[in-house]
This record gives sequence, C-alpha cells and structure tokens, in this order.
Amino acid sequence: MLELRSLARHFGGVRAVDGLNLTVQDGQIFGLIGPNGSGKSTTVNVIAGLFPPTAGTILFRGEDIGPLPTHRRLRAGIARTFQNIRLFGQLSVWQNLWVAQNSAEDLARRGFFTRWLGGQSGVRDEIARLLEFSGLAHKQNELAANLAFGEQRRLELARALAARPKLLLLDEPAAGMNSEEVGQLRERILSLRGSGVTILLVEHVMELVMGVTDRIAVLNFGQKIAEGTPAEIQAHPAVRKAYLGGEAA
Amino acid sequence: MDFYFGLAQLIGVHTLLGLSAYIVLLTGQVSLAQAGFFAVGAYAAGMLTVLAGWHLVPALGASALCGGALACAVGFPALRVKGLMLVIATLAFGEGVRLFFFNFDYQIAKGELKVGPVGGEGFRQIRFFPENGWETWEVMLFIWVFVAGAMALLWWFDRSRYGAVLRAVGEDELAAQSVGINLTAVKVSAMTVGGAIAGVGGGLYAHYTTHIEHASFNILLATFAIAYPIVGGLRSVYGTLLAVIFVQGILVEGLRFMGDWRNLLFGALIVLAMNLRPSGILGKGRHA
Repeated sequence: MLELRSLARHFGGVRAVDGLNLTVQDGQIFGLIGPNGSGKSTTVNVIAGLFPPTAGTILFRGEDIGPLPTHRRLRAGIARTFQNIRLFGQLSVWQNLWVAQNSAEDLARRGFFTRWLGGQSGVRDEIARLLEFSGLAHKQNELAANLAFGEQRRLELARALAARPKLLLLDEPAAGMNSEEVGQLRERILSLRGSGVTILLVEHVMELVMGVTDRIAVLNFGQKIAEGTPAEIQAHPAVRKAYLGGEAA
Repeated sequence: MDFYFGLAQLIGVHTLLGLSAYIVLLTGQVSLAQAGFFAVGAYAAGMLTVLAGWHLVPALGASALCGGALACAVGFPALRVKGLMLVIATLAFGEGVRLFFFNFDYQIAKGELKVGPVGGEGFRQIRFFPENGWETWEVMLFIWVFVAGAMALLWWFDRSRYGAVLRAVGEDELAAQSVGINLTAVKVSAMTVGGAIAGVGGGLYAHYTTHIEHASFNILLATFAIAYPIVGGLRSVYGTLLAVIFVQGILVEGLRFMGDWRNLLFGALIVLAMNLRPSGILGKGRHA
C-alpha cells in the first residue's frame, strides 16, 4: 500500500526525517510512534504532500506519488487529519463533509455541474452515514467552530473519510482527549478495520496505539529505531531507551 | 425624480463592481484589480456599440467575456502570491489598465464626427441610450436586470457545493488542499466570474454616463470595489447591495450638503460602521 524508501526531509540543518524506510501493508493499522520532534508529523506531511521530500521516494500502491500536488494525492486515495485540528470553522458540520467529497469515485460518478453547482439533495445519504459514524448527526447544522473539542476531532476524522481514502493518515488524533474519548476513538478506528482502509496512526497515547495497531515503527531523530508488533515494541530495549532516556533496561 | 433614477443606476453599477470583488473575497483573496476589469468592460462595450454598431446586449456579453478572460489570465500568476503581495500585484495591474487607456487612441470617422477613445480625453459619444430614445427609468431598469442576474448567480453559487468550496478555501487553504480541493482552479474560477461581472458593470457604466475616461478607473474605484463586500459582510450577496446603498446613497449623496466636510465624515462613518459591525452590515454581531 505505502512504501517509503530512504525518505528524508531536512529543514535547513535540521534533519526532521533522515533516511526512513517503511512499508505499510494493505489493510493494516500501522502505528508510528516516537518522542517529540522525532519526525512523525513531518513524515505524515511529506506523505500528504505538504512539502516535498529532500530525498527518497514515496510509493503508494506501487506508484511514485512524489510529483503529485496535495489535492491530487487525495484523489489518489490519501486523506489525513491534522495534529492541531483544521476545520472550516465558518462552515456548518454538514458543509465541512460536503466540500471534502473529492475522491476519484465522486469525480467519476457525478458530472461537473452536479458536482459543483448541484444542491445538497444528491449527497444526503452519504453525509448522513458519515454523521452517524462520528455521532454528529444532531449537530449537522452547527458551525464547526462552535463544536466542542472532542466533536471537532470527530468531525475532522469524518471529513477525511468523506474522501473515501484508501490510506488514512491520522496525526495524533487522541491529543487532548480524556480517556473516555480515547476509548471511543479506539472503537471508531477498530470499526474501520476491514472496510478497506489502511491507516497510518501517529500517536503519543500508548493506550490507543497499543490497542489498535497491527504493527508499529518507532522513530527517533528522524530514523527508525525499531519495528514490530505492539508486544515486540513494548519489550524492545532501544524503544525504552528512547522514551525513558538513560541506559536500556 | 430623475435624480433618484440616476442614483439607482449608480448604485446598480457599483453593486456589480462590489459583487465582482465579493466572490474573490470569499476565497480569501483581496484583489484591487476589479476596477481594471470594470474599465476593460466599459471600453469594450463602448467601442462595440459606437464603433461597430452592435446592440448593447451582445456588447455587454463581449464585456463579460473580456473581463472574465482577462481576470483568468491575471489570476494564474497573481494568485500564486498571497495577502499584501497580492494586493500590490493586483493594484499594479489595475494601474496598468488605467495607463493603457490613458494612452489608447482608436478613432474612426462617423459622418462628420470622429468617434472612439482618445487617450487622456477619454471616450465620448457613447450614446446608445439617447440615440435609441431610452428614458432614465428604462435605463435604470435595464441596469437592475443585470444586477438581479448577477445576484441570483452568486446566490445560487452560495447554495451549491461550489460556494461552500470557495468559503473553505477562504478559511484554510492548507486544509482545503488536504481535502482534495485544487486551490488554483478554485481561485482562478472565482477571479474569472468576478472579472466577468465587473466587465458587465463597466459596460453598463460606460453607457449610462455616455463618457468614460481613464481617471474614473483609478485606485479609489478599486478600493470601493473591495470596500462594499467588506462593509456589507461576506455572509450573503445582500450585504454588498446594502453596503453600496449605504456608501453611495447615504454617505456620498446624503452628505452632499456638508460640502468639504463630507469626505472627513465619510471616513469617520466607515470606521464607525466597521467598529459596530466588524464582520459587515449583514455579518454576525460584534461578539460573534
């Protein structure tokens, strides 16, 4: 599904990502963890096309997506959420999902005029389904800016799903959530398993990462220091060292 | 009564100008080029009716095409820059258009008279309305048909997905890109529609004043163009209309009795209005 080959992204002298090799299999929920500043978010941003890699290639379903601009990557099937939520605050919840329907399927299925100048009637069912999934049906006419924090996180996830992604990049989706909300998020992520979407989850909240992922890679200083199943990672000496500092236990 | 009809004509034309900036502002871009598209529309329609003998309606169609095509061409390079840079770039374009018409001579003999634009003197004899015996109120109605058309178009956009996408781009370009919106296409399309509306406005302006010159299409007009939607608020197209009525009807005409003090008060009232209604006349209240 996704393969990073010696991917690097430098900001001036800072090597945010430095020769990263990573393979995410079809249908996997893949965790990407590491201490602050280890290059996780940069990796997500490079995959999503926010900035080009300094070196290396990104293969998505066997194709090099390096030259594609951000909006074309979404059409190819890569959607994302942001670490610091970025909704369209002055649009309603419903409209936030509406404007995000830009998948290749939507492009093929609806003609130019229906897609752009059509009203809300043609897409009601799909959006209702997403609202249902994220538990926001009762807030559909609310402005996104007026939602509570947890609701905004849910809306952002739903907005990413509105693009029918094959690969979903979740950049710290549990940041700022209480443990009850983390539990709900976990259920939501698990319910996506088997729906044909592959997930790359960047997260600090171990409770979530260890509970949902099939496989985890650990970054430190822009390089991969370990990879394996959640159980293997928890027992890995290099990981303990990176997180706890000092000598490996 | 003719005074009021005349005022209504002015308000109508300025509403078109304001609407042309409204759609561009929805995408978060501040363009000072709208007066330039307006000027191109004015000269194009004037030349077609006077020199080529066209009827006004197809001439206005040509104005829309010229304004739109030029806006599209300007949009591609200009919209690569943002914020203040875009303001300067579009300002330069607007001034460029004005200076072009300052130097633009194209006269042909029509009977004993030579007609057509002559540089700094401008373009006189755009007499389609008087020649065809239109009354002031008929001209006014004619103008308002186009205003209503433009408002209906933008209102429809606002109800469609396109309108939501325009606003999404205006709110957060990074997020818009990340949900698959092609920023360039959206911004250039808004610019093109805006240019076409400004072109029609210019064509109508040329015909009701019968005389246009480069000096009318100056930076002040460009500023008015963006001031209307900002003062009126971006919640709906009616805001722009209300702002034009407020500015042209009340501030400019209503304060005429104040003589030279008018300009001073004019500025003060705009500042006051923006303080009382920071997101526009039709925007949300002050603490939203």
